[in-house]
Amino acid sequence: MIKRSFFKSKYLPYLLILPQMVVTLTFFYWPAIQGLSQSFLLSDPFGRQSKFVWFYNYIGLFTDPLYLKSIFTTFFFSLAVAAVSLSLGLFIASMANRALQAKALIRTMLIWPYAVAPAISGILWLFLLHPSYGIVALGIKEWLGVDWNPVLYGSDAMVMIVMASAWKQISYNFVFFMAGMQAIPKSLIEAAAIDGASPFKRFWFISFPLLSPTFFFLTVMNIIYSFFETFGIIHTITQGGPGGSTNILVYKVYQDGFVGLNLGSSAAQSVVLMSLIIVITFLQFRFVEKKVQYGG
Amino acid sequence: MKLTKLFVFLMIAVSLVFPISVFAEPTTIDWWHAMRGPRGDLVDKMIGDFNASQSEYKVVGTNKGNYDEVMNAGVAAFRAKKQPHILQVFEVGTQTMMLSGAIYPVFTLMKDAGIEVDWSRYMQAVLSYYMNADGNLMSMPFNSSTPVMYYNVDMFQKAGIAPLSKTDPITWDELGEITKKIVDGKIAPAGMVTAWQSWTQIENYSAIHNLAFASKANGYEGLDCELQINNPQVVKHIARLKSWADDNRFMYGGQKYQGPSAEFVAQNVAVYMDSISAIGKLKKSAKDFKWDAAPLPVEAGTAKLQNSIIGGASLWVLNGHPKKEYKGVAAFLKFLASNDMQEYWHKGSGYFPITIDAYDSLKSKGYYDAEPLQEVGITQLNRAIPTTISRGLRLGYFVQIRNIINEELELVWNGKKSPQEALDNAVARSNEQLRTFEKTYK
Repeated sequence: MIKRSFFKSKYLPYLLILPQMVVTLTFFYWPAIQGLSQSFLLSDPFGRQSKFVWFYNYIGLFTDPLYLKSIFTTFFFSLAVAAVSLSLGLFIASMANRALQAKALIRTMLIWPYAVAPAISGILWLFLLHPSYGIVALGIKEWLGVDWNPVLYGSDAMVMIVMASAWKQISYNFVFFMAGMQAIPKSLIEAAAIDGASPFKRFWFISFPLLSPTFFFLTVMNIIYSFFETFGIIHTITQGGPGGSTNILVYKVYQDGFVGLNLGSSAAQSVVLMSLIIVITFLQFRFVEKKVQYGG
Repeated sequence: MKLTKLFVFLMIAVSLVFPISVFAEPTTIDWWHAMRGPRGDLVDKMIGDFNASQSEYKVVGTNKGNYDEVMNAGVAAFRAKKQPHILQVFEVGTQTMMLSGAIYPVFTLMKDAGIEVDWSRYMQAVLSYYMNADGNLMSMPFNSSTPVMYYNVDMFQKAGIAPLSKTDPITWDELGEITKKIVDGKIAPAGMVTAWQSWTQIENYSAIHNLAFASKANGYEGLDCELQINNPQVVKHIARLKSWADDNRFMYGGQKYQGPSAEFVAQNVAVYMDSISAIGKLKKSAKDFKWDAAPLPVEAGTAKLQNSIIGGASLWVLNGHPKKEYKGVAAFLKFLASNDMQEYWHKGSGYFPITIDAYDSLKSKGYYDAEPLQEVGITQLNRAIPTTISRGLRLGYFVQIRNIINEELELVWNGKKSPQEALDNAVARSNEQLRTFEKTYK
């Protein structure tokens, strides 16, 4: 028998959800609406005058080939980060899961990079790979003879920010994959092993499908991460350069709004960014989640 | 015991009768600035000296981060009606501040406070950057610098090149020969490097050769100005640098100063262009070799060389405070411009003294005989009376425009665009920014 409790008061439930509502309204809806209304205005930073200009800011954005390029750069960047960090996270997790000794120690060490703030991660990679003072960069140039120069070449800069962003996220993905793997019943894998399935087949036909909810969750998280949180990495490593080749959307919002004080355009850009994320998440839930298998 | 009690009663009685006059707190004046580290210490000392010099006002200095963070803090505070009295704003924010309606122009502030200032005794190339079109000073210059050319004396010696003059600039052609000798002689992997490329190679290059950076007297005379940096001479200069980049006489080290400075310190280049405020940093880091400074190179056959232009920041007085407090602000600004303070600031930070008196005083004390490096920038800055073109730049969304120029130049250096294409594109993109800015304030 299912036990149900009833509250006499009609208002109590509302009271109970009130704190959550207040938080969501003040910290999400209110700023989002402010941003939306700002995107239709041209105003000076000191707020003395503002003009309603309809879609001027949006038209400005979408007729700017560089803005369209920035959207493309963002997609390329986030897919690259997600691909690198998911595959390496999964790889490391499946290795660590089979570790025979010092399992706890290995796991702890592998989780550490996640505790590093994005800006710090950026600085660390900068000290390794900056063409003028990066230790590894000097080695690459000296011994490999590669003309490594992320300050000058856009592709090198992209490689560098993808590495710095993915490195941090590998640990995050690792934790979830590790937990997911431990939830897989050993009996399934053992049964497959008895039937003569190779370790790779065991992984591909048993572990991987069972990990798909984790995989799905992590894809969403990684894309959101690379859209927004990588700001600190871009800011410390490339500032969107060279030649705008690493200028992802969120960095452009910051550049135009906070540094350049063009509030209208910056607000329009945040609205576009917000819509993009809503669409991506929706698509992921609509099409990808269908293929995900929850539970055994 | 009784006596103490009596004293307490007396104190209370007195304070009730004369609540303000006896225990008058000094009026607080807030100053938000972007000076940190050693420069922050200098600022604190200057504020301390002012507070000790009188008891009516108390200046409180607060570091609000770097330049754009300080500006943002000021904007946010003004919107919340909690603005400081004085806000330090970088030179590219000048136009936005002027049009903000949030400011109390310094020339009226001084007039209202009854302080006579002989503006002609100030360094004109510094003042002109912060004047309106009528020649009135809108904000008080604080930290100003200009770019110069540093070079590695040891490398020059090895290549058989005589040390350069500290007052007379060499030509770009001569620099081309010098860097050729350096690279061909395998003395260094590359010839020259430059920090802040838009500022040193386009803004200052244009000012020195009296080439308009933008129409309407570089934007001083109207918001409807347009960029003009795609003129043949600037294009030729960028094309020359690109051809140098191809044979290693020039190397690109990044938009800011960190990369270029590291290349110079690591002796990967012989010549390095950066602000005079880099002297202090170089003294600390470049110890393995002898280096010196010279004025920026110029084009051969230029009829009249103009002054270079400044970079840095100025102090804006924000409105919305009681009148009495502005007297204190005026007194403080006057104090900062005094010889003692200017000499202290110049010696400690490497930024220019803003008055000619302070410069003369330092000269008479023999400071420049001991520190000849410090004079290179001043000489270059004062070599001519600023024209309407060389006095400065007054552009809306200047931060974005500098970004655009940086981006387009990078596309030249990595070979994706020709100099003409890149500068045409920079002009077109910047003009769009200028139109949006114009529309905002119309």
